[in-house]
Amino acid sequence: MDMQRLWAGAALLLAAALGIAPAIAFADEKAADETLADGYALGRVLDQIEVSAQLAFEPRFFPSGPRYADQFEGIQLSGFLKPELFWENEARDKQVSFVPFFRLDTQDDERTHGDIREAYFRGIVDDWEYLIGLNQVFWGVTESRHLVNIINQIDGLEDVNEEDFLGQPMINVARQTDIGRFDFFLMTGFRERTFPGPDGRLRGPLPVNTDRVQYESDLEEWRPDIALRYSHFIGDIDLGLHLFHGTGREPDLVLSADGQTVLPRYTVITQAGIDLQYTRDEWLWKFEGLVREGQGSTFLAAVAGFEYTWFQALDSDADLGFLAEILYDGRDEDTLIPGNRSGAVQASVFDKDLFFGSRLTLNDIQDTAILGGMVVDLEDGPAALRLEAERRLGDTWKIELIGQAYLEDDPANPASVLDRDHFVTLRLSKFF
Amino acid sequence: MMTVLTKPLLVAALTAGLMIPFTTPDLAQAEDPATKGFEIAAQSDRSDRGFGNSRVSVEMILRNAAGAESRRAMEITTLELPDEDIGDRSLITFSSPRDVDGTSLLSHARILDPDDQWLYLPALKRVKRISSTNKSGPFVGSEFAFEDITSQELNKFDYVWLREEPCGDLTCDVLERKPLYEDSGYTRQLAWIDQADHQIRKVEYYDRKNDLLKTQSFEDYTLYNDQFWRAQIFRMENHQTGKSTDLIFSDYTFGLGLHEGDFVKGVLRRQR
Repeated sequence: MDMQRLWAGAALLLAAALGIAPAIAFADEKAADETLADGYALGRVLDQIEVSAQLAFEPRFFPSGPRYADQFEGIQLSGFLKPELFWENEARDKQVSFVPFFRLDTQDDERTHGDIREAYFRGIVDDWEYLIGLNQVFWGVTESRHLVNIINQIDGLEDVNEEDFLGQPMINVARQTDIGRFDFFLMTGFRERTFPGPDGRLRGPLPVNTDRVQYESDLEEWRPDIALRYSHFIGDIDLGLHLFHGTGREPDLVLSADGQTVLPRYTVITQAGIDLQYTRDEWLWKFEGLVREGQGSTFLAAVAGFEYTWFQALDSDADLGFLAEILYDGRDEDTLIPGNRSGAVQASVFDKDLFFGSRLTLNDIQDTAILGGMVVDLEDGPAALRLEAERRLGDTWKIELIGQAYLEDDPANPASVLDRDHFVTLRLSKFF
Repeated sequence: MMTVLTKPLLVAALTAGLMIPFTTPDLAQAEDPATKGFEIAAQSDRSDRGFGNSRVSVEMILRNAAGAESRRAMEITTLELPDEDIGDRSLITFSSPRDVDGTSLLSHARILDPDDQWLYLPALKRVKRISSTNKSGPFVGSEFAFEDITSQELNKFDYVWLREEPCGDLTCDVLERKPLYEDSGYTRQLAWIDQADHQIRKVEYYDRKNDLLKTQSFEDYTLYNDQFWRAQIFRMENHQTGKSTDLIFSDYTFGLGLHEGDFVKGVLRRQR
């Protein structure tokens, strides 16, 4: 049902964008050359559309049996298709992008899902840039958690690393000045976070019922959200500041009346945040922090750390990076799971955690890279380990291997609900 | 310093005096090798200046020692800043292989300080400021180091004129240039600059042990807008590994009306 609405909205936006963009482009063409026939101009516009796609086969294997009833055991066969259509006029001041996404999954019906990652028109006039449609925006500098990255909702069905996002409908106006870039976002059409279904792994003890979402605002998903962003660099320092007021992207999970599921509840929040990076020699020093009001007690959250790279390690062409970050999140434990009786539902809670990681990039023709990382909860002890390796095969194929493991000192510890959900994902992608 | 300057001058004066009936004195002969080297390099550099901004498509062909090839495609947009003490701005955007389509590197070159560089990763739509200490590391797996791509500013080197010798059909001045910036992988480079068009024809790179590492040749020079010479092919051959990389430039365009605001990190998000 939600999907239908999304598709309808996206189709409208795309139609509008496609209608506006060529119309403006034609106007330009005609101004430049009155003799250009419409048909010829249309042909040229169509010629300029770049079409590409990623098709991935992605089995995921869970070596341990499930902890909760209904969950599947063993292999989760899956795959996705992500086509990309991109058009840009010759002056490069008008762009249209359309990026749908479809995933098929054999084990979890919820995970068979689609989205429109991008469907926008962007215009650039001197120092101004405006964008209307669905888009993805990334803010932030740290690796273990993307704390200040608030514009897009997380697509929680894709992976547990919170690096897949749903397309957000928006109007974005930006201005580049000598003292930095100012962005204004007006958004509506709130995107609900996706969660694994009852059959799926990587969920809490009670499945999240995404059909019964609660909003604090009476306007529900149509409540307008606004965000302001300032970003600039001064010498070795890159700075970003943001303000957000609207429906927060992180739901509280509320126990349903029958006690069989939890329901996402989205509150209206006001948030201010900062992201900073100081780049000096082989060192990147990073900080992200925010203060949020409207989700339980007002709280602070922060991530701080560094990334050091040993370039051409051991006289080879490879670079070896070392990363460490400390994470703090001061939100009320209760607001994570109000009324919850059976322990934490959300696994990715960084209350006081430490992250260590290492990245090896071979700098070879195949762009081979390996990233390993570990997050340890400083208070409760559970830890999550992750390993990612990738390499291009030939010119148009790519193989990725992702492994995630959960270590648990005390199986009774409620903070660890995923301790049987170690997995290995193999992703084989063909690029067109 | 005085002796270095005065001795050749004295010799030149004497020679000039003796030679008056036969030839006119060549002023360049009167200079010391360092000044002459710098002036030849500066003449070469300045012959390319004034282009303002340019965009070019580049195909990169990488060959391993066995001769197996792989290819990358990119576009390089450059903004020249008139002040020789400030480096140029450049934006490199990859379109192939497809999995790195849209990946972009924005550089603000500086003369002796490290460059400012931002990398755009389209998969996550993320702009990341990166360390530019990695001057001698391979640029996207090729035989070109980052510094071979980004560190071609006149004032990044010290120069000494060595000799004059034929290079193909032309006559070249051979200069030795030593990187003045930190973290270079080279002790020195030898550059061949022709006397007709003042363009670099060949560069030899000597590694930290002062062994010959690579030879870069510049081929198919074409004159654009009746004033800017651009080589259409850069060939980089690594003598120590047997690998090589060609950069093939095509569709140079100049005068795109670009300015500094087109080379800021905010524009990286527009690269798809």
